[in-house]
Amino acid sequence: MDNLKKRELVSKIFIFISTFTAILGLFWLVFILSDLLIKGAASINWSLFVDDFVPPGLPGGGMKPAFIGQLIIVSIAVLIGIPIGLLGGTYIAEYGRNSKSAKFISMLSDLATSIPSIVVGTFVYAVVVKPMGHFSALAGSFALAIIMIPVMLKTTENMLKLVPWNLREAAFALGTPYYKVIFQIVYKSALTGLLTGTILSIARIAGETAPLLFTSLNNSFLSCNLTQPMASLTVTIYRYAMGPYDNWHTMAWAASFVITAFILILTIISRILVKWRYSKNG
Amino acid sequence: MDEYILKVKKLNFYYGKKQVLFDIDMNIEKNCVTALIGPSGCGKTTFLRCFNRMHDLYKGNRYEGEILYNNTDILKIKDSIKLRSKIGMVFQSPTPFPMSIFDNVAYGLRLKGIKNRAELSDRVEDALIKAALWEEVKDRLSASSSGLSGGQQQRLVIARALAVEPDILLFDEPTSALDPIATSKIEELMIALKKITTIIVVTHNMQQAARVSDFTAFFYLGRLIEFNKTEEFFTRPKSKQTEDYITGKFG
Repeated sequence: MDNLKKRELVSKIFIFISTFTAILGLFWLVFILSDLLIKGAASINWSLFVDDFVPPGLPGGGMKPAFIGQLIIVSIAVLIGIPIGLLGGTYIAEYGRNSKSAKFISMLSDLATSIPSIVVGTFVYAVVVKPMGHFSALAGSFALAIIMIPVMLKTTENMLKLVPWNLREAAFALGTPYYKVIFQIVYKSALTGLLTGTILSIARIAGETAPLLFTSLNNSFLSCNLTQPMASLTVTIYRYAMGPYDNWHTMAWAASFVITAFILILTIISRILVKWRYSKNG
Repeated sequence: MDEYILKVKKLNFYYGKKQVLFDIDMNIEKNCVTALIGPSGCGKTTFLRCFNRMHDLYKGNRYEGEILYNNTDILKIKDSIKLRSKIGMVFQSPTPFPMSIFDNVAYGLRLKGIKNRAELSDRVEDALIKAALWEEVKDRLSASSSGLSGGQQQRLVIARALAVEPDILLFDEPTSALDPIATSKIEELMIALKKITTIIVVTHNMQQAARVSDFTAFFYLGRLIEFNKTEEFFTRPKSKQTEDYITGKFG
């Protein structure tokens, strides 16, 4: 009996500790999000999206150039990163399946997903910004693309490997060339998975600041010139949050709220897609 | 007039260094069903997959000997893609593509470059009728193929293979994933289809071989032990090993 009581006690202690740590972890998340929600949502107004920057110290103004810049930089990063990641993942899962080079690339991209983004930023600074002689939006997109490629590549690899091999064999048996098997059958089977990968890799880069500080930097004016510095939301938040003006802080809160909500929504969509995919198959 | 559609001569096959088929000689008669039986790992599926050069998909596989089809050696053909449109294959588990019923059946036709909508729908209908699926799906051709039952999916796959009018259809244990009713439908289908094509079927089920085939071949450890007309094969086996196998003493 004594032994049993001892075990019950140990069990209770363990349950308490694990519950406590779970709450501790959640606490900070809820704290950050609710703070953001309260301070951010309260400061959101229409002029944030439609007004240009105003010189420091003056009232009013918005972040329109930052929103537009963010959209441009991320879109170009997606245009570069998604196709490369998709095709690279296709090589690993299809043409290079089980080959040493495919395993090597797959391992490298595992490593690459955990490279600190600031390192990518300094790298792009060295190979793009320095030779060009100035910061540019294109360099920013390039840095973000480098960050998203391994994410897209790994997701593509995993999603394509989930497609049963005998489906490919059946297509081969009809006399289908491999590229058609991939485009018409494998991609189609893995469509929701590939979409999830795309959304996740966009979510991964949408909130990056460090690589942009070294590449696209900032611009006080609305600019759509890709070869020139361009304002982005994350760098603007950084600048405004560090600045000495109260209205800057308010705008930084609002912008933080917008970008967090955006990433949150992307993540939730990808979750729903995954769930939908599995319920459809099961 | 040559009644043999396929002539296998001294066929050896290797997975890398491991030899899995030894000196197979066998003639396949046109418009007949030939069943390949034997215990697991005896090489019957490996043998079947030689006919459409499925082994080419993987590295390190090697053939020796020849398989004559219309007087050309299958094993020396460069264009295995064209070969596969003449020698179709149906797999163990149904493999409908992630598209509509119509597009599934039309897949092979479109690969051949047929784009004319009227011709496509004529040939899709024809193939579905031959595969005994038309009545069940004619009202929902544009529905997704994943909504069909397992047995219907398997007949859809057969229709897809039939649409390109192959000379030979290879069946790799086509009913092992199906229930008895669906199985008997596929068996009836195989018997009906030999009017228009030649069928080679790998099966684990000896009753199935006896029911559907005209010829039966028994494989054991990579060798062809006995090959005969199905009736004689099961009633008067020549080899002791065959007799032991069909009476259930091993395997």
